[in-house]
Amino acid sequence: MIDWGWIGDHLGAIAGRLGQHLELTVIALAVGFALSLGLAILSARVRPVRSIVIGIAGIVFTIPSLALFSALVPIIGLSLLTVEVPLVLYTLVIYVRNIVAGLDSVPPDVIEAADGMGYTANGRLARVELPLAVPLMIAGLRLASVSTIGLVTISGILGQSFGGLGFFIFERPTFATEILVGAVGSIALAISADVFLGRLQRRLTPWARAMDTQAGAAT
Amino acid sequence: MSSAERVVFEHVTKRYPGTGAGNPGAVEDLSLEVPAGKVCVLVGPSGCGKTTSLKMINRLIEPTSGRILIGDRDIAQQDVIALRRGIGYVIQQVGLFPHQTVADNVATVPRLLGWDEGRRKDRATELLELVGLDPTRYANRYPSALSGGERQRVGVARALAADPPVLLMDEPFGAVDPIVRERLQNELLNLQEQLAKTILFVTHDIDEAIKMGDLVAVMQVGGHLAQFGTPDEILANPASDFVARFVGADRGLKRLALTRVDALELMPPVTASSGDDAADARRRALADPFPYLLLVDAERRPIGWVDQDDIPSSGTIGEDLATAMSPLFSRRTTLKDALAMLIEAEVHAGIVVDGKGAAMGLLTADMIFASSRDGRSPEARAGA
Ligand SMILES: Nc1ncnc2c1ncn2[C@@H]1O[C@H](COP(=O)(O)OP(=O)(O)OP(=O)(O)O)[C@@H](O)[C@H]1O
Ligand SMILES: [Mg+2]
Repeated sequence: MIDWGWIGDHLGAIAGRLGQHLELTVIALAVGFALSLGLAILSARVRPVRSIVIGIAGIVFTIPSLALFSALVPIIGLSLLTVEVPLVLYTLVIYVRNIVAGLDSVPPDVIEAADGMGYTANGRLARVELPLAVPLMIAGLRLASVSTIGLVTISGILGQSFGGLGFFIFERPTFATEILVGAVGSIALAISADVFLGRLQRRLTPWARAMDTQAGAAT
Repeated sequence: MSSAERVVFEHVTKRYPGTGAGNPGAVEDLSLEVPAGKVCVLVGPSGCGKTTSLKMINRLIEPTSGRILIGDRDIAQQDVIALRRGIGYVIQQVGLFPHQTVADNVATVPRLLGWDEGRRKDRATELLELVGLDPTRYANRYPSALSGGERQRVGVARALAADPPVLLMDEPFGAVDPIVRERLQNELLNLQEQLAKTILFVTHDIDEAIKMGDLVAVMQVGGHLAQFGTPDEILANPASDFVARFVGADRGLKRLALTRVDALELMPPVTASSGDDAADARRRALADPFPYLLLVDAERRPIGWVDQDDIPSSGTIGEDLATAMSPLFSRRTTLKDALAMLIEAEVHAGIVVDGKGAAMGLLTADMIFASSRDGRSPEARAGA
């Protein structure tokens, strides 16, 4: 059923597409994160901005990805942007919600103590609020990475220059081996990314682990 | 050590938007002075403006009118960030930073002030020791791995880190159980003996106010200062029905808890030792209004009471004559505890003994009652 010979002959192409998949994903995740951080901080500081941002994010999330990819082609043609704009938009939706939730999760007594001890507003944000939002930020990053890896696969619909591993799915829809390579490869990539980010979170937030074990002991 | 500084409120009023001219403010025309190095407790029912008053000192809340001075300086003229770094702040929920170790939490203000790492570390170690937490065990823990009482101690250490002249504490022991609270109160009083900071301490518990305060400000809903004075003044002479009700019907008893035995003039007992001449002892006992003779040993340590009618008219005094004993007090016993013990005793006089156990004098329930009637206000305070 699986044509191992084809796979053997195309290892180079598969590796290349894997690289492209990673590249498209990482660009979207990084650009999206930078934009979201700004938007989330703005939302946390200025209440009206927050409802607008969250509202728009909700709407974007309801647009089907296929529709968004195709809708952009007549507007900006076929370029890296055609893929990245939708990818970044979707990451924004996930990130902004999570970063805002992360900033909201900072206990009011911690904020009051920080103010009372003489943190400046920016100092408090950098040294207290953002570090405490890290667990929810990384939760957002994990969600966004899985979602983006899937969307990159779908971007194969735009033609040969895109899609990462998804290229193999769209190249010859009748050839099972190639479809399997595209699908299984994408899934494996998503799982690996999630595991990696999970480890990263535990590395970055040892204090949250202490809280978890305490909560675990309490139950 | 930076010295303590006085804190002065001059006609300070705070009205929140929405409370019109007719409505009472959160704080109304508050004027009081806390001398440097004293503990002033703000006490009153919920919503009377205690927290608002406190937060106006570190300008987490700005007054609508009036001035607050620290030392001789109007705080409104100072840079707000610098002001806050110079004031210790402890709150009920503690507000430790969950993502920082205990040592880093304690070193917060030193870090904001730009101290180098070595100095911060030394200071954190010193402060953890000061609040009774072993630095080797606690310095590298995260706050989630501490008990409520330990967290509160870290909170106090953090507030003291840059040696501020003024410390603000908003119900610092409100969230811990009564036994831990009592211990933390005593520790703070001991600490204060060494540090002599100016402390403004908020509580809604009158007993805590009496125990902790050199001065107590009783506040009333609407933000009025109902009375400001020493705990003894407030208990002895409540300024209004509100204060009287707030301090409670047992204020006489509470006042007794403030006074120690050595503040009263003790009654000299008629004493005799085994082997003394009985006729002489009998004559002395009958001449004294107190109907008992105190039998003591060679070091004047009490052995027991002899009813004056049971003293033989001739021969010598023997230890077998002693029939009853009564409570022994140290000079540090509070009048409240003394009274409680006297109620149970056979002979209604307690014997005050010195460190070696020798009798110094007698204390009767009548003397305690008389002392609370005549309103003398001994400085001695109980609790620590
Ligand atoms: N931000 C605010 N806006 C409007 N009113 C407020 C605000 N903060 C406090 N108040 C009101 O001001 C009054 C005094 O509040 P404050 O917090 O100082 O009371 P408190 O004595 O500390 O009470 P508690 O013992 O419950 O802590 C209350 O009536 C409260 O409802
Ligand atoms: Mg309060």
